[in-house]
Amino acid sequence: MIKRLLSNDFPRSRTLAVLLVLLLIALAFAPFIFPGVKALNVAAKVLIFIVLVASFDLLLGYTGIVSFAHTMFFGIGAYGIAIATTRMGPTWQALGVGLVSSLTISFVLALLVGLFSLRVRAIFFAMITLAVASAFLTLASQLSDITGGEDGLSFKVPEVLSSSFQLSSTPFLGVSLDGRLLCYYLLFFAALTLLLAMLRIVNSPFGRVLQAIRENEFRAEAIGYRVVVYRTLSSILSALFACLAGAMLALWLRYNGPDTSLSFEIMMDVLLIVVIGGMGTMYGSAIGAALFLVSQSYLQDLLRLGSEAAAPLPWLAALLSPDRWLLWLGVLFVLSVYYFPTGVVGRLRAAALDKPRP
Amino acid sequence: MKFDFDWKPLALVPVLALGVLPFIGSPSTWLTLTVAGLAMGMIIFIIASGLTLVFGLMDVLNFGHGVFIALGAFVATTVLGLMGDWTGSPDLWRNLVAIFPAMLVAMAVSGALGLAFERFIVRPVYGQHLKQILITMGGMIIGEELIKVIWGPAQIALPLPEGLRGAVLMGDAAIEKYRLLAVVVGLIVFALLAWVLSRTKIGLLIRAGVQDREMVESLGYRIKRLFVGVFVVGSALAGLGGVMWGLYQQNVTPQMGAQVNVLIFIVIIIGGLGSTGGALIGALLVGLMANYTGFLVPKVALFSNIALMVLILLWRPQGVYPVANR
Repeated sequence: MIKRLLSNDFPRSRTLAVLLVLLLIALAFAPFIFPGVKALNVAAKVLIFIVLVASFDLLLGYTGIVSFAHTMFFGIGAYGIAIATTRMGPTWQALGVGLVSSLTISFVLALLVGLFSLRVRAIFFAMITLAVASAFLTLASQLSDITGGEDGLSFKVPEVLSSSFQLSSTPFLGVSLDGRLLCYYLLFFAALTLLLAMLRIVNSPFGRVLQAIRENEFRAEAIGYRVVVYRTLSSILSALFACLAGAMLALWLRYNGPDTSLSFEIMMDVLLIVVIGGMGTMYGSAIGAALFLVSQSYLQDLLRLGSEAAAPLPWLAALLSPDRWLLWLGVLFVLSVYYFPTGVVGRLRAAALDKPRP
Repeated sequence: MKFDFDWKPLALVPVLALGVLPFIGSPSTWLTLTVAGLAMGMIIFIIASGLTLVFGLMDVLNFGHGVFIALGAFVATTVLGLMGDWTGSPDLWRNLVAIFPAMLVAMAVSGALGLAFERFIVRPVYGQHLKQILITMGGMIIGEELIKVIWGPAQIALPLPEGLRGAVLMGDAAIEKYRLLAVVVGLIVFALLAWVLSRTKIGLLIRAGVQDREMVESLGYRIKRLFVGVFVVGSALAGLGGVMWGLYQQNVTPQMGAQVNVLIFIVIIIGGLGSTGGALIGALLVGLMANYTGFLVPKVALFSNIALMVLILLWRPQGVYPVANR
C-alpha cells in the first residue's frame, strides 16, 4: 500500500523518513498542535509551497531546465480563482470555472513558450521565460479593469470555506470547527494528492526519460526519445501543477495581487527552496519548503536583532537591516549552490549510503 | 567582419524603419521616433556587446550582467551630483566635460566589480550551464541589494545637464539633443569594438576563441586570461551603458538592471549568441520596435520585443548571425 502510494520511491534514509513523517504529522494536525492564526497561515503557506516547489523541481531537478516563468503560472492560477469569484460571486461554480480556465491558459502558454524556445536551444529557455514572465507581470499590473492592477483583488470564497461558517458550536480540542479549518484541510489533502501524483510522474517511465535527458541529452535522443517533445511535456506538466498551487494560494488568502503571486521574489524563494531541499527529489521540496518558510520569518527577526546590536556601526546596521534579508538569502543561495549542491535530501541519502550495512 | 557577406539581417533595420513609415504618417514624427529608437538601440548595444562576447568565448551565460548596468548608473548619480557646477552650467562643452569623468568612473567601478564577479561567482562553475544560471542570478540579487544598502532603495533622479536638455529642430522633426549624443557615443563604442576585434591581435584571438576555443588553447594562448579581460571590458561597457541608460530615462532604480537584462537577452538571442554584429542589429531592431509600437499601439508595446524575437527565431533559429561550432 505504502509502496504503491510512494510509487516505490522511498526516502532511502532513516533520518529523512523520520523528518518526513514528522512533517506530515505536523501539517496534518497543525490547527490542533499550533494554535493561533499566524501559525495556521504559515502551515497553509508551507502546503502551497510544497506543491509549487515540487512542480518547479519537476522542471529543474528532473529535466534540467531552468525556467523563470514559473511564478507566471502560479499567478495565473491565483488570478483565475480571484477573477472568476469576483465576477461570478462566491460559488463553487465560480471556483470551477476559474480553475479550468486558468489551467487552459497555463497549458496554452506553456505549450507556446516550450515550442518556441525548447525547439531552438534549451539555454534560450531560461532567457525567454524571464522575458515572458516580466512582460506578464507588467501586463497583470496594467490591466487594472480585470486584475485590479497593483491593488489586486479581494474576494469571497464559498460560504462553507469562510470563517463565518460553523460546523459545530462547541470547540473540539480547543479549536473552533469553522470554515477556515475546512479550507485548511482542503489544502492539506490537495497538497498531499498533488505531491503523490508528482511522485508518480517522476517515477514512471516518462519520468525516467526526463532524467535521462537531464543526464545526457544527446544519448537520450540517440536512443530514440524525442527530447523536444519530452521537454515540452515536462514544462507543461510543471506549469499545470504550479497553476493548481496558485489556485490553492488564492483560496487560502482570499486575495490576489501582483506581489503575492507573480513577483520575482517568489521565484527566488522557489529556486532557493529547490536548491536547499535537493534538486531532483520530490521529498526535498517538502523538507525545503517547511525549513525555508519557518526560518524566513525567523531570519527577519534575527536580522532585526543584529541590526539593533550593530547600531554603533551604521554600515553594518544597514547591511543587517531586516529590509535587506534578500541580500542574505542571495548569499545563502550562492553558498548552497557551491557547497551544498545536492541539498538536504541528497546529503541525508549520501550519509545513509556511507553507513556500513550490518 | 561576418556581415560582409550576409546582408539580409543588415537590411532588416532599414526595412523595419521604412516599413512603418506609412503607418505613422507624418515624416517628422517618424524621424523623431527613428532617432529615438536608434539612440536606444545604441545604448542597448553597448550593454549587450560584452555579454554576447562572454557567452561566445567561454560559454558562460551571465544572468548577473544587469547589476553592472545599475551600478554604472548609480555611480553616475554620485559623480554628477558632485559636479553640480559643471552640469548646471548652460554651456554645452562644460556639460560634456562633466559627463565624461562620470562615464570613466562608472566604467572603472563596474570593471572592478566585474573582475571580482568573475573570480568569485563565475570561475568555479565553468562548463556547467545550470549552475551558471543559478549562481549568476544569485550574484545579481546580492549586487542589487548591495546597491540598495549604499544608495538606498528609492528611485534617484538623474537629470540631464542643462546644455543637453531640449531638442534641436530638423525641419518639423524635434530631435532631443541627448539622443544625438547617445547615437554618437554608441557609434564611437561600436567603431572601437569593431576596430579592436577586426584589426588587432587581441581581437583576432577573441574572434578565434569564439569560433573554436580549444583550437586557440592548443596553439598556446591562455584563453582564460583573455576571457577575464573580455569579462572586465564587458562589465565596464555595461557600466557605460548604465550611465547612458540612466540619463536616457532620467532616473535610476536598483531594479533597473533586471529590467534592462530582459531587453539585452532578447537582443543577444536575436543576434545569435556570441555575435557582435548580430548584437548590433538586434539592439537596433529592439530599440526601433520599442519606439514605434510605443507610439502606434502602446498596449502591445510590452510584447512587441518578444514578438520580434519569435519572428526572428522562426526565420533563423540560432539568431541572425549564428556563431559556428555552438
